[in-house]
Amino acid sequence: MAINYLYPDYEVIRNQQRCINCRVCERQCANEVHRYDEELKMMVSDESKCVNCHRCVALCPTRALKIVKTDNTFKENANWTGEAITDVYRQAGTGGVLLASMGTPKNYPVYWDRMLINASQVTNPSIDPLREPMETTTFLGQKSAKIRRNPDGSINTKTTPQLKLSVPVMFSAMSYGSISYNAHKSLALAAQKLGIFYNTGEGGLHEDFYQYGPNTIVQVASGRFGVHPGYLKAGAAIEIKMGQGAKPGIGGHLPGAKIVGDVSKTRMIPQGTDAISPAPHHDIYSIEDLRQLVFMLKEATNYEKPVIVKIAAVHNVSAIASGVARSGADIIAIDGFRGGTGAAPARTRDNVGIPIELALACVDRRLREEGIRNNVSIVIGGSIRNSADIVKAIALGADAVYVATSALIALGCHLCRTCHLGKCNWGIATQRPDLVKRLNPEVGSERLVNLINAWNHEIKEMMGGMGINSIEALRGNRLMLRGIGLTEKELQILGILHAGE
Amino acid sequence: MTELQEDYPQEGEVRIPSGCAISGIFSRNGKRFGGQDAIRSIAVMHDRSNGLGGGYAGYGIYPEYKDYYAFHVFYYDNDAKNTCEKFFDEHFDVINLSKIPIRKHPRITDEPLIWRYFVTPLPTKLAASQLDEEEYVVRCVIKVNTDIKGAYVFSSGKNMGVFKAVGFPEDVGEFYRLDEYEGYAWTVHGRYPTNTPGWWGGAHPFALLDYTVVHNGEISSYDANRRFIEMFGYRCTLQTDTEVITYMIDYLHRKQCLTLDEVAHVIAAPFWSTIAMMPEERQKEYIYLRNTFASMLITGPFSIILGFNGGLMALNDRLKLRSLVAAEKGDMVYLASEESAIRIVEPDPDRIWYPRGGEPVIVTLSETGKKVVAAESK
Repeated sequence: MAINYLYPDYEVIRNQQRCINCRVCERQCANEVHRYDEELKMMVSDESKCVNCHRCVALCPTRALKIVKTDNTFKENANWTGEAITDVYRQAGTGGVLLASMGTPKNYPVYWDRMLINASQVTNPSIDPLREPMETTTFLGQKSAKIRRNPDGSINTKTTPQLKLSVPVMFSAMSYGSISYNAHKSLALAAQKLGIFYNTGEGGLHEDFYQYGPNTIVQVASGRFGVHPGYLKAGAAIEIKMGQGAKPGIGGHLPGAKIVGDVSKTRMIPQGTDAISPAPHHDIYSIEDLRQLVFMLKEATNYEKPVIVKIAAVHNVSAIASGVARSGADIIAIDGFRGGTGAAPARTRDNVGIPIELALACVDRRLREEGIRNNVSIVIGGSIRNSADIVKAIALGADAVYVATSALIALGCHLCRTCHLGKCNWGIATQRPDLVKRLNPEVGSERLVNLINAWNHEIKEMMGGMGINSIEALRGNRLMLRGIGLTEKELQILGILHAGE
Repeated sequence: MTELQEDYPQEGEVRIPSGCAISGIFSRNGKRFGGQDAIRSIAVMHDRSNGLGGGYAGYGIYPEYKDYYAFHVFYYDNDAKNTCEKFFDEHFDVINLSKIPIRKHPRITDEPLIWRYFVTPLPTKLAASQLDEEEYVVRCVIKVNTDIKGAYVFSSGKNMGVFKAVGFPEDVGEFYRLDEYEGYAWTVHGRYPTNTPGWWGGAHPFALLDYTVVHNGEISSYDANRRFIEMFGYRCTLQTDTEVITYMIDYLHRKQCLTLDEVAHVIAAPFWSTIAMMPEERQKEYIYLRNTFASMLITGPFSIILGFNGGLMALNDRLKLRSLVAAEKGDMVYLASEESAIRIVEPDPDRIWYPRGGEPVIVTLSETGKKVVAAESK
């Protein structure tokens, strides 16, 4: 039916004078946009298949290609935008839920960009990180509430298990299945080289990667895929995934088409079956049930691994976090609503949850008001884009941050937001062997190491500028932040002053 | 003067960084001496203050009342005094009360009412509170300072006292007639705030029980420290570094029972690279302390002299971004921001040294000193 016709969002522009018909674009595009026309003796393209991933643009040897946003338009309407209209066409045509990937592209406020960082002048010297020690080492885990002494008077130094990070950054959960073997390997290698951690996500741990266990966080999610005693013991910490920022309140669905070969084996489910993670954990209907799972996992691992509870940032996040902090968990991970996903219903992703900056600010404050901030470490994620975001997050009260989208971008992701189609031309969000091999884990891990090292340099520069030479003195140090263009209410929630105050 | 000056926000409503001078003098053998040496020492460093605050702490000055908490209180009007005294009567047995004697001074003006009380907690109230005696006193002091408008308890320890005012520190010493007191330890502070709130309570030393802190510096970790320590019932109402440092020391030393040496290694912790070079057992202890009390690390420049019954501790930030000098002569110990401030009172010390960043200088009464102090108290 004609009304089902949707004009492509993007157009492939080929400079025919530059094109040498080498057909690289054709070979590189898993979406089959490009084709050589024997009669015309030239390359042609079908932009309706284009996802704007830039693989062809990046590999075209003569720079003959570019992708531009189409100027085909509906009659202008501030309310009924082109997107709103086409969504209705799509759903009227299919009866289906609209799917999307990665973090929401909607124009919600990014509070990181509305906060400014302080620096020392005159009364207090700034510190040059090239000349003086500048410390970013961070320990995650419960802190002892009371000093205990041995009979000889020395301090009893036994603690609950802790994670030691060289930089307060970790790679957050992305399952093997949603991303490729080579992507996982890149993350594992980089975490090992950096002295930080990556996270298996809920798809289990491929047997090849057990060797990276000391730098691995193993996840236990509602589907319990790939969970067995060996898996729990393999990692440095265990994460219970209660929610995800991009899709709070709903579970996950990895289509059977992706459950092939090692993915099926690692998840411990038959090939070709859909891997469905229920919305809740069916053994956790309340906070006391969570406590039982926390201790079940601790029992299973001899109390040697810290347990992380990951929750999505929702309206009453501070009350939930308060409950989690009393559940025996060592670390709370909070995922903001701009966080990424391999697949989520678009309406959920774009409308459910709250920004991580506000969630972090209110959770940190709530835990301090209740005097239990030291019971847990706080790790936050949900769109950390650069080192300044990290500095601001730590000043608001986070112990460390989780990054995933940034890590994928470092590996080549161009944020085309079609992970759910499984045809990632960059070899990241795909299981097709010909695509997966495009990502070289050695090169990928090197790029991840570069990124985190670069950020670490920048964090140190900004800390030095503030006259702070250890990251713990930045943690929760909200006086180092000022809001810009924020309302009284927003400032109050963030617990910061406005610039000029 | 009025409590709330209209031109400037009051101390506590705004955070005011300040530079400063500090000095401390201590007799290990408990020999008592007047406040004039501390006055001479701080006067040399006149240019490090700007006339907006000065103060002293003397230890061993009230031997006749050594078992009673000595409260020094500023009142801005009689209403505040009446309300506060009613509160004291409800919570303490007041053994003695008087105005603190002063000498009118041309450069010290607008003084509030300055009173002194020797008190002991009412046994029934103390028992009902289920607190230990010191915690009871602390909570009462914090209650007065936060809830009774126009009243401020600025000294609350036993056998010691704080004397402070807006003015240059040498003038403050004369104003309070410190030459008429005798103590075995004195610390003194001259303030250079970058704002002029002109509030007497904002001068230093800052005191809680017998802990007093004089401090020179501006710490960059302030809000991290403040937000952490406030979890344990403290309220940083003055927004000064000195206040938060005092509370942290109180928490670590009195409540967590850390030794002063351990306290120093929490608030001015060695770098991880230094810890990595320590022998294994020591390393474990240092890692434990840094990790457990991570939010109590102080960064940015500071030099402090902590006074307490029986001793002094001087400490620099771990990069030594503020000057601090120590010297000894016989049983006497001198600590100051500048060497000149020591040499004016002791021109020929046996030993003079510059303590390293993060390495505390802790001096306490010798056995002789303890006996002397105990004997005088009888």
